[in-house]
Amino acid sequence: MKLQLDPTACQAYGLCHEEAPNLVDLDEWGYAQPRATEVPPGEQATAEAAVRICPNAALRLAQR
Amino acid sequence: MTEPSILVGGTGHLLGPAPHTVEHLAAYRSRGGNRTGPTPDELLDLVEEAELLGRGGAAFPLALKLRSVRERPGPRVVVANGAEGEPGSVKDRHLMRARPYLVLDGLRRACEVIGADRGYLYVADPVAAERLRAALAVAPPPVPIVVVEAVSTYVAGEESAAVRFLDGGPALPTAKPPRVFERGVGGAPTLVANVETLAHLALLAAGRSAAGDLLVTVAGAGQPPLLAEVPLGTPLRELFSRPRAVSGALVGGMFGGLLDEKVLDLPLIPQAYAAAGGALGCGAIWLLGPEDCPVTVAADAVGYLAAESARQCGICVSGTRGLADALTALATGADPGAGAERLANLARWSAGLPGRGACGLLDAAARVAGSLLRLHGALAEQHTERPCPACLAHPPAAGARLLVPPTEPYFPQGAP
Repeated sequence: MKLQLDPTACQAYGLCHEEAPNLVDLDEWGYAQPRATEVPPGEQATAEAAVRICPNAALRLAQR
Repeated sequence: MTEPSILVGGTGHLLGPAPHTVEHLAAYRSRGGNRTGPTPDELLDLVEEAELLGRGGAAFPLALKLRSVRERPGPRVVVANGAEGEPGSVKDRHLMRARPYLVLDGLRRACEVIGADRGYLYVADPVAAERLRAALAVAPPPVPIVVVEAVSTYVAGEESAAVRFLDGGPALPTAKPPRVFERGVGGAPTLVANVETLAHLALLAAGRSAAGDLLVTVAGAGQPPLLAEVPLGTPLRELFSRPRAVSGALVGGMFGGLLDEKVLDLPLIPQAYAAAGGALGCGAIWLLGPEDCPVTVAADAVGYLAAESARQCGICVSGTRGLADALTALATGADPGAGAERLANLARWSAGLPGRGACGLLDAAARVAGSLLRLHGALAEQHTERPCPACLAHPPAAGARLLVPPTEPYFPQGAP
């Protein structure tokens, strides 16, 4: 599973990064940059929390 | 500005024998058009054998695109994309204005190949839209086809923006996935194909393949723009009757970045442009003459793109603005103390921004900036030390110099 960002929805709240600093970086403007790598099995719950906390539903966990 | 002149090379089947006139149905039929021709399966094989690549910009193999929609459950839809949002390109407009029956024939063939129950002609140019409507009235196709007038913006021709507009929304790109072949107009698997690509399909069906040709629009260097049909692999140099002083080019419309003066000898094929670090895209090429500084041209292109951002993706708004402001400041010599930081920002952004927007606009802006640093790094650095006379004489103006007509009146005139 990978974290996928809808760039049209990201409003740079930054909550995903607070929730999952190892899975999502923020760029210099504050927009989210999910790491391109697979979410490690042990971090699944963290990834799901990052998806849930986005006020604009910009993140999702997907197979591809 | 002057109207484009026309050069017909290669087979000449795309532009036809009378490119300055509007082709009538009888003339199109006399050239093998609208005949029964091969079956849809046979035509798909012909496309495969011809290794036809899409002419809208991405150079995606048409056979693969046709198959990917055809193998999905129906209903299916075909969209002929005539939005032609690259301001340096006129070739699609010309085809639709001068040879509406050829474009319609191609769209009908595409519907047959993938088993679509309807088709759309998605067109930004009102003159082309009128011609196509007139042609539809003269020769109604077996599947329902409607002309939809698109808006004249850079992103309107992006395939997901086209689908969104046809579904009643704004002509703005959507996040992928899904791709339009999975979920397009009304949720149906949709083939979005450029109008030149569809013209090729009609010519293949008529036994008059021009798959070895492409249309290009060449402008800049103080010369009138040129619309040309040329064999793939022709170098630009061979298109000019007199040698031109050219120091480089902005290629692929605004999508392929800058190339240096070797562009004149680069074969006009997507692979060669990609290998040179650019992209042939829709075949629009803007040449830099002796009076054009690449820094200003880059600032102009990125300024245009920043203004055309759909403003949906925050990263595109911030990224294109950052790039455009930095390039404009380099060109105008503003605040020279910040020059080093500006160059460092440009380097970091041009590497880090591609792929982060919902469409390719941000990638295009990053590519222009990256190509400037790669090819003209020393020149860019000089701009932080002393004012550039060429930039000051022709300062960036949000891309005005990069726009190619047509404006009205424009050839050819008359009803189809």
